[in-house]
Amino acid sequence: MIWVDAVLQGVLVGGLYALFACGLSLMFGVMRIVNLAHGDFAVLAAFLAYSLISASGVNLLYAALLTVPVFAGFGYLVQRGLLNRAISSGPLPPLLATFGLSVVIQNSLLQGYTADSRALDPGRIGTASLRLSGQISLSYLELLILGLAVLVLGGLELYLRRNRTGRMLRAAADDRDAASLVGGDPRHLYGVATAIAFGTLALAGLLFAARSSVAPSSGPSELLFGFEAVVIGGLGSLWGTLLGGIALGIAQNVAGQADPAYTLLAGHLLFLLVLILRPEGLLPRRSVTA
Amino acid sequence: MSALLEVRGLSVRRGQLLALRDLSLAVEAGRVVAVIGANGAGKSTLLEAVAGLLRPERGGVVLDGTEVTALPAHRRLRLGIALVPEGRRLFPSLSVRENLLTGQYRRRPGPWDLPAVYALFPWMADRAAQRASALSGGEQQAVALGRALLANPRVLLLDELSLGLAPAVVATVYRTLPQVVAQGTGVLLVEQDVSLALRRADEVHCLLEGRVELSGSPADLSARQIETAYFGIRRESA
Repeated sequence: MIWVDAVLQGVLVGGLYALFACGLSLMFGVMRIVNLAHGDFAVLAAFLAYSLISASGVNLLYAALLTVPVFAGFGYLVQRGLLNRAISSGPLPPLLATFGLSVVIQNSLLQGYTADSRALDPGRIGTASLRLSGQISLSYLELLILGLAVLVLGGLELYLRRNRTGRMLRAAADDRDAASLVGGDPRHLYGVATAIAFGTLALAGLLFAARSSVAPSSGPSELLFGFEAVVIGGLGSLWGTLLGGIALGIAQNVAGQADPAYTLLAGHLLFLLVLILRPEGLLPRRSVTA
Repeated sequence: MSALLEVRGLSVRRGQLLALRDLSLAVEAGRVVAVIGANGAGKSTLLEAVAGLLRPERGGVVLDGTEVTALPAHRRLRLGIALVPEGRRLFPSLSVRENLLTGQYRRRPGPWDLPAVYALFPWMADRAAQRASALSGGEQQAVALGRALLANPRVLLLDELSLGLAPAVVATVYRTLPQVVAQGTGVLLVEQDVSLALRRADEVHCLLEGRVELSGSPADLSARQIETAYFGIRRESA
């Protein structure tokens, strides 16, 4: 029974990994940018929400409703102001730029908030749980997180398929010049992709902090989980990313059940195993083109 | 007489090479102008510079009296210059229908919409859900043409429609040109197949090493003149 519980907990946390990773996948798919600061931006969002909540006393829901759109706008500006310039001179400058941002964010957070980890209080939902049997109970908060993740990934999938701008994002991913020949401004489309990525990473950052806690230095390890979810699932497929996140979550939780020391190792081993046996991932590209 | 599209003294550099030298030509509404020339004569460079993918070193592009030389490709499309690029450049991961819909992203008002393109190429409606990369070369060329038409361009630029396609397929694509021109669209096309260009165009310019070597209406040009200009062997005294 405890093994069933471990698997279920793995599924729940996997949804959050996928939510966090979908922006990573989108930015790489559309612009070939690997955002090394992805995790640090998520942590930054969590800390800003923390400050907002402590200063004004609003609850987590309102903090999220404010933080997510602000981060989406911020993402658009980062793309237009910084990454678009970097990308025009080759693949290396954007990598270096995001690496630089990662260092800047981590150290600024360290300066402003000390090295302590902080948690966001989700309210009553944080302690309530759905009891399935004597040994298995699912936290409502984690169920909500999984639901949100599925909702966001599904919405994003729908946006990329049905919306005209979403369709242009896929077109620009295929062929940037051809997209400009049908009237798409690549700088704007790239901005939209990054805005989506930043909105989703901000939401994921807040949820990370609500279900456990985040510290100024947690960004890179979150980034690693994100990468692993994307690669396990198959580059460029949103449902693949969800599957990858869930596979990663299950591997970590089941191994952690056997011995907590193996939690992270099991995730990395699964990642390496997939790279060796099925390098295209579990569900290779379908929606966003990589 | 003011032309719909004017290319004024265009010089374009490609790397070390000056691919176009002081080239001028004009396209009027409802007319088909063809540019012929050997490989490397600068034909594709001309179209890419007109579409806005390349910046000229000197000279300019004027659309209906508006100077567009400084504008990038996506802005020029919104003003009415659409290019069907060499090699078609469809979006391989998008379906046929989705490829066509991208043409509507920043469309101008006009007669071309999805039903009109399906009427032009009836097979497209049946295969709308297929991936563009699953089509044959000729079918892809037709989709690329449809995608450009959906923007309702005032000037349509066609780069080597015939390249790599069977003559029968090329003929079906070219057969649609009169319907395009009938809407008042000006067509500037580049073609390696000289006889095809002569048959379809109202006016022909022959390019040699980035310069216009010979111009005129197909009826006025002799095969000998064209041959001379095309290969640049014996220059006629001028």
